[in-house]
Parts: sequence; structure tokens; C-alpha cells
Amino acid sequence: MPSPAAPGPAGGDAVQVIRLYRSEDKIHPRAVDGFYARWRWAFVALTQIVFYGLPWLNWGERQAVLFDLGARRFYVFGLVLYPQDFVYLTALLMISAFGLFLFTAVAGRLWCGYACPQTVYTEMFMRIEHWFEGDRNARLKLEKAPWGFNKLWRKSGKQAAWIALGLWTGFTFVGYFTPIHVLGGEVLALGLGPWESFWVLFYGFATYGNAGYMREQVCKYMCPYARFQSAMFDRDTLIVSYDPARGEPRGKNALRKKGEARSAEVGDCIDCGLCVQVCPTGIDIRDGLQYECIGCAACIDVCNGVMDKMGTPQGLIRYDTENGLEQRLTRAQRWRRVLRPRVLVYSVVLLVICSALLWNIASRHSFRVDVVRDRASLARLVEDGWIENVYRLQIMNATEAPQRYRIDADGLPGLKLSQATVVEIGPAEARWVAVSLRLPPEAAQQLKPGAHPMHWHISREGDGAGEVVVEKSTFVLPR
Amino acid sequence: MSDFFSSGWSIFVATATILGLVACGVLLIIASRRQPSAADNTTGHVWDEDLRELNNPLPLWWMGLFVLTIVFAGAYLAMYPGLGSAKGTLGWTSLGEHAAEVAQTRAAMAPVYAAFTGMTPEQLAKDPKAHAIGERLFANNCAQCHGADAKGSKGFPNLTDNDWLWGGSYDTIVETNTKGREGNMPVMAPAVGSAEDVRNVAHYVLSLSGSPHNELYAQLGKPKFAVCAACHGPAGKGTQALGAPNLTDKIWLHGWGEEAIMAMVNNGKHNVMPAHGERLTPEQIRVLAAYVWSLSQSQSVTAANP
Repeated sequence: MPSPAAPGPAGGDAVQVIRLYRSEDKIHPRAVDGFYARWRWAFVALTQIVFYGLPWLNWGERQAVLFDLGARRFYVFGLVLYPQDFVYLTALLMISAFGLFLFTAVAGRLWCGYACPQTVYTEMFMRIEHWFEGDRNARLKLEKAPWGFNKLWRKSGKQAAWIALGLWTGFTFVGYFTPIHVLGGEVLALGLGPWESFWVLFYGFATYGNAGYMREQVCKYMCPYARFQSAMFDRDTLIVSYDPARGEPRGKNALRKKGEARSAEVGDCIDCGLCVQVCPTGIDIRDGLQYECIGCAACIDVCNGVMDKMGTPQGLIRYDTENGLEQRLTRAQRWRRVLRPRVLVYSVVLLVICSALLWNIASRHSFRVDVVRDRASLARLVEDGWIENVYRLQIMNATEAPQRYRIDADGLPGLKLSQATVVEIGPAEARWVAVSLRLPPEAAQQLKPGAHPMHWHISREGDGAGEVVVEKSTFVLPR
Repeated sequence: MSDFFSSGWSIFVATATILGLVACGVLLIIASRRQPSAADNTTGHVWDEDLRELNNPLPLWWMGLFVLTIVFAGAYLAMYPGLGSAKGTLGWTSLGEHAAEVAQTRAAMAPVYAAFTGMTPEQLAKDPKAHAIGERLFANNCAQCHGADAKGSKGFPNLTDNDWLWGGSYDTIVETNTKGREGNMPVMAPAVGSAEDVRNVAHYVLSLSGSPHNELYAQLGKPKFAVCAACHGPAGKGTQALGAPNLTDKIWLHGWGEEAIMAMVNNGKHNVMPAHGERLTPEQIRVLAAYVWSLSQSQSVTAANP
């Protein structure tokens, strides 16, 4: 929006000045119902039932999903994860990334339009707004109306509901890190810790601010994904598109009669402007693909309704590809083009990472071992010429029952533990155990001084016996 | 004390910082409006023949955030150390924060240690919780010298045998831990006599523990041992009050054999166990001492894993 001319400082000539910052106009999207809107609500329900519901789910004695940052244990249903398992997070992020690439290559910004938290929470906040202030026209009128009882209760009611939802979201978020029943008790007793309070309020405020006020600004100015999506689009990607060949010339409503075949002077678009009114980012889809378009398909829903009323076929605005529009491809032809190299490569990579993750989790040991050589002495001579090395073994029990582990070593002739060691380790506990290994003098004499590779065998006893973790280490012979 | 060689540097850094902040603000104001050089809502810049820069204004809230960061920087620099060597109004230091965190952790651990106060060393050694805490304290504070398994190495005593330089009772271990120890073997060669005398006395010392030695040298060295007996005792059994080691066992802290012993007599030895009374609280030292004490006790105690 070019700004009006400002008076120049000297000479009396008006010097034009353009402003490089401007206050954004508030967008009041019209509510929409239709096929895609229902899909969006399905995703809102699905994601939010999981998000709000998961912390309340119990697994045995504890919360099913709990990230205990203080104790550095992460419980995901039956899994007990240690910080050492962070590689799973990497895998999860890779799956998310390649999933995103795949969906986007096939059908554009599906994530943005249906499942992104920014969209989901905005949808929820807009629905609340709709309850209190009505639809677009009512809201626009309320905005202009002077302050009075009607405006006051509607606005404050909306604010109260927004704040409540924001706080509940913040509370739920923190409930993934502090057991949510404990957290609930703390809230009721007004005994929330400083960090818990901060995160409940911060996350709540972020939800309130982003979904209530920032809305499309987040997508337009903050979200990096919105800007690099174009790298994943190609001419066979399904995007929300207006069919100008069918629609143009738009308007000229005096020339049209319901149900009549269109002549060349009138297109199917009656220029009602509803597609602009429903757009959450305030663009006109008829101008073609724009970076602001989050692919929510609200314009498709609303235009289909108009087409039904006008008696013209649906799909003036529809999911279509650039090639599809230009070459008038049929649905079957478009489907065939889905199987193009880009899509296949994304799918294969996604499949490989998924199976690697699943295989890794399935073949995971119920405990981990880290071997650290003693930092004080490399090797020492003990009675009768035996050589002794000292190690510290960290044994991490990834089950929720106490376990006994037997420690053994091999790899060098005659190598043995100074004393047989079986350790008992509590549920989800990690313990350092100091162990010493001895090598007989005759074996030591045959080996060169220096480090010799050897292996530790740590085996679980009791039920689940036979599970063995092998760790590589070295045995040092002094000069 | 200034962090800089001259206070001029502090002023220079502070000035540069403030100027930098002011420059950010000025830049924002200057850049917020400009005269168009084209009438078509572009900035008039053209690159590569036809790339033009459309005037696409940033939202005002973005500018607000920018201003907020400048305000934050100003407030931060006023409150925290950052402006040259200024201390900041809050008087915050990383040392102070560390001390506060340590105090907080100690306060949080106080009830744990309170449960141990009435316990005897034997009870402490057998208590799985105290044992585990002692083990961790040992790993963090003692294992660097004495080894993870407390068996030491050359120059660093083994704590699991029953050979004690200063005494192995629980109270002595507490004292050793709190105040540290300083063992001093003076240069004894002048008092012993000639180089030959030193060699002879070394063989006598070897003979005390029944280690391989030359009998003749040992016999010759025996009278010379009188000067050693002042600390090590006439029989060479050592004196724990002085930290003088027992020479009749086969434990050789600073090396075994004729050469090692001669080196001790010729050069002396000054060995230090640092004091931990400042680092650890008396409660921690009690638990730690009980753990160390338990290492040299019967197997049934040491094997009592939690």
C-alpha cells in the first residue's frame, strides 16, 4: 500500500516518501463449511485429542508419555529412553522432514493447511471468536460500533475463553515434563515452581498471541517453511488453483442467467468475492499461486457452494497442477504424474528411515553400558607380576524393574576380573561400577607394551537372561 | 580489579557498545522511510537488467520487536556486567550464582544428610544410600589420584589395603580428609653417610620386608638405619603420627628396589594430600570417610552393593 505523500523539508516542492514499515490490516475471515473444512476439523480433533489427552494416559504406575528432564529419563509408553537415545529424535525429525517433502511435492502445503499448530490453534481461536462475535460481517460491524454493553461482553467473553484455552494449552505442554496429576495439584494449591509457572504462562501466551492475534503474520513473516516450500513444488504438484480458462471473463452478472450455457463473454466466476473473504491470509486466489497461500482450501469450499447455487459445475477453484491447468489433464493423467522421480525418491528415503527406526527400536537392548578407563592410572603391577587395569562401567537399566547384571571380559589370554562382579541396578537407574581386570604375567610377557583391544560382556541375569551387551575397550600394558 | 590493562579499554568498549546500540536505533529510523526513485511502488533498484525491488513494507510489529531488542539490550547492560568493566546494578557475578546454586543444592540435600547424623561409621558403611553417596563423592573428589577403585598408583596410596600412612580408623580418615596431610621424607643422605652407606641402608630396608637383597650390604647398613629409626621406628614399622610408612611390609608407594629406595634417601620426598574441608561439608566428609573406611574392611562390607 503506497503511503500518501509527505511534505518535503525544503523548497516547498512535495517530496514523495515511501514507508518501509506499515501496520498490517486485521483480516476477518468469513467462516466456511465444506469438504475440506471438515477435513481440517478432523485434523484439529485428531491432533488436539492427542496433544491434550496424552498426558492424562497412564502406563502402569506412571504417566504414559513423560519427559523427565530433571532425572534425564524419557518415558514413551513401554520405552525408557536415556539422553543417549537422542538419535531417535534425529530419526523422528528426519521422518518429519521427508514426510513434509513428500506431501508437499504431491499436494502442496497440506501440512500448513490442515495440521500445522498455527493453523489448528487459529482455527480453534476463530471458532471461539465466531461464538462470541458472530461471523465476518457481524465482527466488522462490532469493530466499528461504539463501546457499549453488547460490545463489552462479547469482547471480554472472547478474551476470557481465549486466555482459558491458552492457559490450558500451556498447562498441558508442561504436563509432558512434570507429571500432569502432580502439576494439577500444584496449580490447585498455588504451589507451581518458578520454571513451571514460566512455561505455562509463556506457552499459554504464545498460543494466545499467535492464534488470537498474529495468525497469518506467523505464516507470512516468521515461518521459514512457508518460504522454502517453492523448492519442493514442481509443475505437477497439486495446488489450490483458480481455473482462469473457465472463470474469465469474470463478473458481467447482467449477462448471465441461471443454468444457461456460458457464452464467450461471460466466465463462470461471478466475482462475488467470497473466496477473498474466507481467505485467512487475505489474498485473492484468482491472482494465481502466491507465497501467502497456506493451502487451506477454504476458497474451494466456498466457491463450490457458489457454483452449486449458480448451477455451474464445481471446481472453478480446485486442487490442480500447473501442468493440469495448462494441458487440461484428466484426473487419471494427473494421477499418473504423481509417480515421478522426486516423489519416488522422497518415498524411498522415508521408507528407509522409518524401517531403520523401527528395526532399531525392536532390536534395542534393555540396558546400555558405557566403558570408561580409569582416569588416574593406565596400568599397575600387582602381586606376582599380574598387570591390573581399572575401568568404570556405567550400566544403564532401561527397564522399570530392578535388574542384576553379570560383568565379564575377554579378548586376551588369561584375562580375568579381579573379583567376580554381579551388580544390581534399580529401575531406570544408571550406576557407575568400578571394576578391575588382571592379566597373568606369562600373557603379559608375550604381548607388546601399549593398548590391546578387548571386550566387555555384560549380561542380564534373572528373567530375560541371555541378553548380552558387548562393549569394546582396551587393556594397557605398561612399558 | 579491572579486566583490562588500562581502564581506557573499558571506556573504549563501553563507548563502542553504546554507540552500536544507538546506531541500531538510528539505522531503523533512517531505514523506515525513503524517497522513491520510481513512481511504480518499487525502490528503483534494478539488477540483472530486469530484477526490480518491490516496496513490500515489513509489518509494524516487526519494527516493535526490533525496538524491544534495543530496549532489552539497554536494560540488560544496566543491570548485568557487560558495559566495559561496569558491574551492573544487580551486582550479579558468575561466582555468586555458583555459590548460590551450591548453597541451594546443599539445602536440598540437607534432609538426606540429616538422616545419617546419628549413624555410626559401621552403620553408614552398611547403609546402601550412604554407600552410594560416598561412592559418588569418591568418584568426584578422590578418584583423580586414588583411582576409581581406590587402589591408587605410584605415589598415590592404595586405600583398600590395611596399610595406612596416617592411620586407618574412621576418625583419622575424617581428619585426613578435612585437613589434608603433608608427608615429608627429608634428604637423609648426608646423615647416613657416603654413597656406599646409602646403598647399604637401602639393602637393609629391603631385608626388613624379606625382599630380595644383598645380605652383606644389609648387615653393613643396619647401624646406619639408626638415623631412619627416628621416624620409621627402630624396627622400621613406621610411625603413623608422622605419616612415616611401615618399611617391613611389601607395599612400596614410591617404588620398589634398591634404586627407588636410594633415590628416596638421596632426594627425599614431599607428598601432599590436599585438604577437603573447604570443598566438602562435614556431613559429606562423614559419609565419604565411612565409604573409604569400608573399602579396607572385611569383604562382607565392601560387597554390600545397594
